[in-house]
Amino acid sequence: MSTSSDTTTAGDRGTTRAPAGRVRRLSGRDKWVLGFMVGVPTLIQLVLVWIPTLLSAALSFTRWNGLSLTDIKSAGAANYQFIVNDYPPFWPAVQHNVLWLVFLALIATPLGLLLAILLDQNIRGTKIYQSIFFTPVMLSLALIGVIWQLFYNRDSGLLNFLLGTAGTPQAVDWFGDSSVNIWAALVAATWRHAGYVMILYLAGLKGVDPTLREAAQIDGANAVQTFFRVIFPAMRPVNVIIIVITVIESLRAFDIVYVINRGTNGLELISALVIQNLVGEGQVIGVGSALAVILLVISLVPITFYLSRAFGKDKEA
Amino acid sequence: MSIIKPAPAAARGHDVAAAPRTGTGGKRRGPAKNHLGIHIFLIVMAAMWLVPLGWTVFTSLRPKADTDKYGYFSLGGSFNFDNFVEAWTRGGFAQYAWNSVLITVPSVILILFFASMMAFAVSRVSWKFNVTLLIMFTAGNLLPPQVLAAPLFQMFKQLELPYSISDSGNLLNTYISVIAVDTAFQIGFVTFVLSNYMKALSPELTEAALVDGAGIWRQYWEIILPLCRPALAAMGTLEVIFIYNDFFWPLLFIQSGDRLPLTTAVNNLQGQFLSDYNLIAAGAMITAIPALIIYLLLQRHFVAGLTLGSSKG
Repeated sequence: MSTSSDTTTAGDRGTTRAPAGRVRRLSGRDKWVLGFMVGVPTLIQLVLVWIPTLLSAALSFTRWNGLSLTDIKSAGAANYQFIVNDYPPFWPAVQHNVLWLVFLALIATPLGLLLAILLDQNIRGTKIYQSIFFTPVMLSLALIGVIWQLFYNRDSGLLNFLLGTAGTPQAVDWFGDSSVNIWAALVAATWRHAGYVMILYLAGLKGVDPTLREAAQIDGANAVQTFFRVIFPAMRPVNVIIIVITVIESLRAFDIVYVINRGTNGLELISALVIQNLVGEGQVIGVGSALAVILLVISLVPITFYLSRAFGKDKEA
Repeated sequence: MSIIKPAPAAARGHDVAAAPRTGTGGKRRGPAKNHLGIHIFLIVMAAMWLVPLGWTVFTSLRPKADTDKYGYFSLGGSFNFDNFVEAWTRGGFAQYAWNSVLITVPSVILILFFASMMAFAVSRVSWKFNVTLLIMFTAGNLLPPQVLAAPLFQMFKQLELPYSISDSGNLLNTYISVIAVDTAFQIGFVTFVLSNYMKALSPELTEAALVDGAGIWRQYWEIILPLCRPALAAMGTLEVIFIYNDFFWPLLFIQSGDRLPLTTAVNNLQGQFLSDYNLIAAGAMITAIPALIIYLLLQRHFVAGLTLGSSKG
């Protein structure tokens, strides 16, 4: 790569060391072009993503009804105190978000991995199975909420019929009953998440060097040992992505509970509480923003984890 | 170039059978004995997977009168597409579908355009903050959208527009607001994926152009971009589905029901059709069909897009 000019250094070589063989510098016109190519997307990103994020943090320390900008009053940490001490849905929402994460991590993700392992073998009809498990990934979580509502309904839903409870007093309104609806929603979310995990792991498994497996088998490892000691660690990049997707999905979960009942009555999630405080009458922008900041701070954990994995090597170079 | 290549272990390989311990290795020799259990498991799982969608299709194809007469759990009566026709006309689905097009098409074009420019600038040109900016772009896409909701809503509300452009007098209730935020939110992810793809292209490609005196724009537009066609196709397909399936931004910004795209309009299905579950099922299927068609036609690109995004970590 020593002959490449600084304008075309592919990869990360030139970022920290001055390249030895500079062929030529950018012309004035190229600088303008480059400024445009970088400037416009960056401006969009700043104005519509990062500045709003900072404004959310700022608004979380204010009291505001969302009408006139002059009505914004400083509130210190009052919004946070209110949320933690006096806002009944907050702690259930935290519990539900944790439950969402645990359920996806312990059930949906391993299920997707299991499907991938099984389908990666030379079995007949693997494409058909893959298509079936992958179909829900194409659908929005909002639509999945509606589809499962039809399945879960008290009187007309298939599940109560299959359980033999349809039309009897024992029939369960799976999305309406606050003691079971979070589980019903989690099953519906799993329907989509497992297929997503499956497709990523199928690609990951295809990328594992087959000689690794052969070597492990020659050493006398059985199938389970081979998988957990050799194959699974070799898929580290995919594992990182799966961990990040699982955590982020459980923080972003919103659409499905909003479609069911706007995230109330057993389906409280932090993301839904943010929106409940921002829309409708009696807007409490400060409280909504404080909830958004809590969500942001939690999200920074998986985001930082991912960025350090994805870009860690760049910085060392 | 360490960041370009997938991890060393991820060498190419195919037919990586997940270890039937006998090691029959039989390619296309039909299922071996120890596959029987796997097949039973997969058939059960696949059947369970099909049930919710199958039930929706089943319900949507039955006339309400027949369901009332024979009950929901019966095979009696006729099957036809009347519910689809009625849901389409009564539910205003033509308008929703058109709204989805109006939002999705410009968003995806803008995303691919801006993200490919940014990806080119951070991957093919070496300058001081390119990695920093790439990190910023990637992180932005990972934020929960609700974090930005209040400030974006207020920004759009405060930005006054002439009534000739927007009947709300500001950016709320316009397609522009949804397109802008969808674009901003998705640029990060696509930039990240495309920059990895572009880094893997040989530096000699643009060197030759440099010798010919080609400027940055020509290197980008005439040399790099055509080579990125597979990645652009994959990202384009993926983003069409992502934007089409986006529920949240239209919900936040658009107040008029007749301006909602299909995905957000499903929120109103129950209000519109009350307890006519046959019509609700038909409405749900109408919303699912565009995504399923794209999947059938462009499955390869869609899966490639998902896995491109995850090939690094």
